[in-house]
Parts: sequence; structure tokens; C-alpha cells
Amino acid sequence: MADALHAAELRKSYRLTRALEGVDLRVAPGELVGLLGPNGAGKSTLTKIACGLVRPTGGRVEVLGHPAGSQAARARTGYLAELFRFPGWATADELLALHQRLARSEGGAAERAELLELVGLQESATRRVEAMSKGMQQRLGIAQALIGEPALVLLDEPTSALDPAGRRTVRELLETLRDRGVAVLLNSHLLSEVELVCDRVVIVDHGRVVAEGTPHELAAPGGVEVDTERGVRRFPEARRDDVPDIVARLVAGGERIYGARVVEATLEDTYLDLVGADAR
Amino acid sequence: MSRGRMAAADVRTIAGYALREAVRRRALVVVIVLTVGFLLAVFAYGSHEAFDEVSRLGAAGNADIGLDDQVLTGSTLLGLAMFVTLFLGTVLAVFVTLNAVRGDAERGLLQPLVVRPVGRTTLLLARFLAAVAVCVPYVVIVYGTSVMLTGVTGDYWPDRPVAGGVALASAVTIVVCLALVGTTLLSSTANGIAIFMIFGAGLAAGLMGQIGSALNSETLEQISSIASWILPFEAIYQDGLHALTADIGGATGVVVELGPFGGAQDAGPLLYPYALAYLVIASLLANRIFNRMDL
Repeated sequence: MADALHAAELRKSYRLTRALEGVDLRVAPGELVGLLGPNGAGKSTLTKIACGLVRPTGGRVEVLGHPAGSQAARARTGYLAELFRFPGWATADELLALHQRLARSEGGAAERAELLELVGLQESATRRVEAMSKGMQQRLGIAQALIGEPALVLLDEPTSALDPAGRRTVRELLETLRDRGVAVLLNSHLLSEVELVCDRVVIVDHGRVVAEGTPHELAAPGGVEVDTERGVRRFPEARRDDVPDIVARLVAGGERIYGARVVEATLEDTYLDLVGADAR
Repeated sequence: MSRGRMAAADVRTIAGYALREAVRRRALVVVIVLTVGFLLAVFAYGSHEAFDEVSRLGAAGNADIGLDDQVLTGSTLLGLAMFVTLFLGTVLAVFVTLNAVRGDAERGLLQPLVVRPVGRTTLLLARFLAAVAVCVPYVVIVYGTSVMLTGVTGDYWPDRPVAGGVALASAVTIVVCLALVGTTLLSSTANGIAIFMIFGAGLAAGLMGQIGSALNSETLEQISSIASWILPFEAIYQDGLHALTADIGGATGVVVELGPFGGAQDAGPLLYPYALAYLVIASLLANRIFNRMDL
């Protein structure tokens, strides 16, 4: 089965600026991948190339086996841009109906109602876009991206305007998509969101992939701490598997143990280590 | 569904979207109200007064020198109406295409549409057809109403009224096409300014040609001719104007020729084929730019 998204040696230059310098990336069908990186790292460019808005300077991108930007690829891709706008005069329902026609979706009113409910806008079907808050527009944008049951969804900062409740709705939505076998590339600055929901994380900096793996793999181990009667003893190089041996050694040495815990760095710590000052 | 039928359905969808935007934004209502105001309050009343005035002057002795006041007044008023109609049509063309590509892309409105299977070529074609569907009926109706008004208020009926309408429809179609080329290259404001400057340049060149014709200056006529081929909407407009007054003879014909809307030259049989080729090339250029554009 073809990857939902496969970028190989992808390069993009905007006149003198090199946005991407040989990015390799795979998103498997049904996989939820988080794309992290500081501003200007090339995340949005990568997403735009994947949906055909930007032409690569070199390399290759395929969506479900079709060249990115081709009609066949676009027919199976949903996209929400970071900076998007919908016509203010249109109602939520009209906007979705327009995109249904353009996406050649035959879902009709049932699909529109389901999508509005998924993003928590079921009460706002007849509300005009111009009368919606930024957060509501962003949720409508997500609903729009899901029209026609795309196999790959590209979301560029989909939660930037959302309040905590809205973020939770999106998080649940992403989990629903994964359950349905939809591949998602989530471009976000919210590391905690990515850590919570993504199967895999790719960190991009200066147009290159600098790290990738599961959130757990990327969250670097921070050692083991053991509570003893003489205070907390730290073993910075130790891992989870080392805990029984450490405890046994301490007990054998006559120490009384009250607890032991594995210290893990967060994804944020790893991220900041990798991208350095750019992210600050 | 076949590929062709899908493309036709996409064109209808995008064109309908563009037209709905114009209606919802009440832009078309404003255009209609102001146009009706121009036609009734200015043109109808002005024509009535002009014919009334001229009939009194005619009685004072113009007929003695062989001038047909009614024809002179009617052809001048209709020439004015053609000029105003083309100007209003240009304003409308600029308005409905102003943001079509770069403007909408800068505001983030275009990207959600472009990523759909519809494709950029179809999108551009639909925007062109939507603009033509608004502008062509508009100029034809305004021009037709002007012909009726000069007929009703002064009993002046031009010999070849259809030629004027065809010319205006063709001219405004070219303006729409130029505006679409502009919107692939320039931001909204810059595009609007560019199209009005081009319109003004074409108009100035046309007037220069008329002055050259009156003064028998080959240089001025040549400047006008070159400008007309570069900007064929002007040549088509002049051709339509010429068709309205070409059959006027005698002293009246001479005076019409020297007037602000006389002296226009028949551009010859190659004009329309040339304009069509121009339209096709300009459309292909816009399409190529749009398809290569990073959004």
C-alpha cells in the first residue's frame, strides 16, 4: 500500500531563501504525524507542496502514489492553511456545500451535518462566516478540510485560534480520524498537543529534518530518582530497565527505599535542545 | 461523469460562487441603481433637453447651411453614451476581477479552492466567464437603453445600432481578460490602477487619432493606430463608433467627423480576428502565470 505522503530529497528555494534542503518524510496510511519546528523552519512550505499550492525546486513528493499537486492527489487530500479566510457572506452550510461540489463529494446534507457536529458547530449551520469568531472559523476550516472523506489531511496550525475546549474538540477529532484510517500531517507549535495525540513526530529546522520518532522516543530519558532514608539519590544515566537493579543494590547496601521514579524529559525539552535558540 | 462534464460543472460552481459574492456584497445592486440613475436622470433628461434645444436652434436657421440638427445631436449623444458605457463596463470589469487571483491569494481566500481537484485553469476560466457574464449583458443593456432613449427623446435611430453593441461587448471582454492577466501579476490596488491607466491610455490614443484625422496628421494617426493594436478594446470601440456615424453624409457628416465622437476609423476586417487571437494569447499567458504561481 502506498504511503499517504512520501517526500524524498525535497527542496524548495524562494529566490535567495532556501526553505527546504532535502527533506525526507513518510506518513503511513492512518498515521498521525506531528510536524514541529520554529518559525521559518519550512513546515508550511512542506505542507503547501504536499497539497499542490507550492511547486518544489527539487526532489519528489507523492500523495497516495500520485504526484503531489496532481488532480488525483488533490482529490484525496484535505487541507487547512495556517492563514486562511472564507468569504464572509457565506453561511457555514453554503461554504461546505461549495467545497462538496468542488471536491465532488456526494455526501450531501448528511455529510455537512456530520462534519459540523464533529467540530462542534452543529448550531451554526446557517450562521454567516463574518459573524463567527476566529475559533469558530478555524473549526469550520477543519470541517472543510474533511469534506469528501480524504485519505490524507494536512492541517497547518489548526488550533492556533482555539480556546482549551476547542483544542480538546480538535484532539478528539484527530483521534476519530486515526480510528477511521485517515492519515494526518499536523503542523503545530503546540508541543503538548502533538505529544498527546501524534503517533510520530518530525522536527524540522532550517529546512531539514533534525529528528523523528514517537513522542516517547523523542522524549529523552532524564535518569532515575530514588527516595531513600538519606534523601533523594539521582542516577542521571539510568533508564527504566535499570530501576530493579538500582533498588536491589541500594537495599543490599542497607538503605531503606521509599520510592523510585523514572525521570523523562518532555518533548519540549528535546525540541528546545534540537532547534536551540531559533525556537526561543 | 466525463472529464469535460466535470470541468463544465466546476466552471459553473466557481462562476456561481463569484456571481453570488457580487450579489451578496450588494455590489451589483449599487451598479444597477447608479446606472439607472445615469440613464434616467442624466442621459434621458439630458437627451430630451438637448433635442428640445437643438430643434429651437434649427428653426433659427441651421437647416439653411445643410445641417441636420437631429442627426448631429443624436449621433453625438449616442457617441457619448458609448463612451460612458465602455467606461462603466471597464469599472465593472475591474471590480469583478480585481481580487480574482493575487488579491484572493494574499487574503487566504484562494488557497482552499485551489487545493480542490477543480484545478487552476478551470478556476481562472470560471472567473473569466463569470466576469463576462456580468459585464457583457451590462454594456449591452446600457447601450441598448441609450439607443432607445435617443430614439424616443429625439427620434434619432442610428443606421447600424447592432455594430455598436457588438463592439462594446467585445471591448469589455478584452478589458476583463486584461484585468485577469493583471490579477495574476499584481495586487488588487495595483491591478485596478493599471487597468484604469491602460483604459485611459487607450482613450487618449483614440482621441489623438481623431485629432490627427481632423488635422490630417499622419504621425498622430500612426500613434493612435499602434496603440489601438496594442490595446484592441480601443480599436473595437472606435470601430463601433465609426459604424454608428459612417452613413451620415453631407455637411452633417463633416461636422460629426470633427466632433468629439466622430472621426473614428473603420479598423478593417482583420480587427475582430486579431482581437480574438489577442484574447486567446492573453488568456494563455494568465493561465501560465497562475499555474506556475506559488500560493
